[in-house]
Amino acid sequence: MSGSTEVWVVIVALGLGSFGLRFVFLGLVGDRAMPDWFLRHLRYTAVAVLPALVAPLVVWPNATDGDPDPARLAAAIATVSVGYLTKNVIAGMGVGAAILIGLTALL
Amino acid sequence: MSSYWRGLRDGAPFLLVIIPFSMLFGVLATEAGLPLHETLGFSVVVIAGAAQFTALQLLNENAPTLVVIASALAVNLRMAMYSASITPHLGRLPLWKRGIVAYFLVDQTYAQAVLDYEKTPNQTTIEKFAYFMGVMSPICPPWYVFTVVGALVGETIPENLGLDFALPIAFLAMVGPMMRTPAHRIAALVAVILALAFAWLPFNTGLLVAGLGGMIAGAQAEIRLGSAS
Repeated sequence: MSGSTEVWVVIVALGLGSFGLRFVFLGLVGDRAMPDWFLRHLRYTAVAVLPALVAPLVVWPNATDGDPDPARLAAAIATVSVGYLTKNVIAGMGVGAAILIGLTALL
Repeated sequence: MSSYWRGLRDGAPFLLVIIPFSMLFGVLATEAGLPLHETLGFSVVVIAGAAQFTALQLLNENAPTLVVIASALAVNLRMAMYSASITPHLGRLPLWKRGIVAYFLVDQTYAQAVLDYEKTPNQTTIEKFAYFMGVMSPICPPWYVFTVVGALVGETIPENLGLDFALPIAFLAMVGPMMRTPAHRIAALVAVILALAFAWLPFNTGLLVAGLGGMIAGAQAEIRLGSAS
């Protein structure tokens, strides 16, 4: 882990940056129209960045030193499937956690 | 019922998501070696779950500070979209109140507030602001409190319960309901393929390539396929 000064630099920069992202339209744009192409890309930010963040962790888990792990793969697939089918975040987390714990105990 | 209390009632169920998620951040931050004031500092100053987890993970990998900040802000880019989307409802508030809304604009407060504004369009701007503050009350202060609880109990949680995988599971559970149109599904698929293909790039910069690639794929798919589900 990095030093304390670096952590606070990250905290403050992220705080200012996150506030800026939240404030930019609300505070500065008002009710003027925004270009369609810009909004069109922003619509897919979360659904692109979050899977990109976890995909390497699912395929090459830290806990197994990067070796693919059947229990973690199965838990990941079940989590995203249940979340997709039920639209229920908590149901997805619950099923994924149960499968991970169950398969880890069995395998 | 006043707008504030109506918002409080509608926001209360989100406690079920906020409590475990903020405790998880407290646990992971403590396990990564962050002292309590830094852990709480993240939750109060940044107040964004996904960005906090991203920053924590990259700090843990000793990525350069600029990469940590840029990657976590990339995860938070959707906040600008929330800001744009809520502006027609709250844009007439005085600047200092818009500043308060901006600080508390997170996934859950945004989603619940816009849902209500569209369902009940005849509200005044004052009522909409009161409703937003009501929704925020059971979401944001508990985020701070249970970050501290997680940090305090974290060290007593035994190793090797698969906790390394709690973060992927939490994100994947959120991604499932987001994939509501073909364009969203294409964006996610392209992002995953690019993330795996560019995983060799140093300091998780592959995440930025994959995120931007997924966004472009989603926007292009929307143009060709339309935005209907």
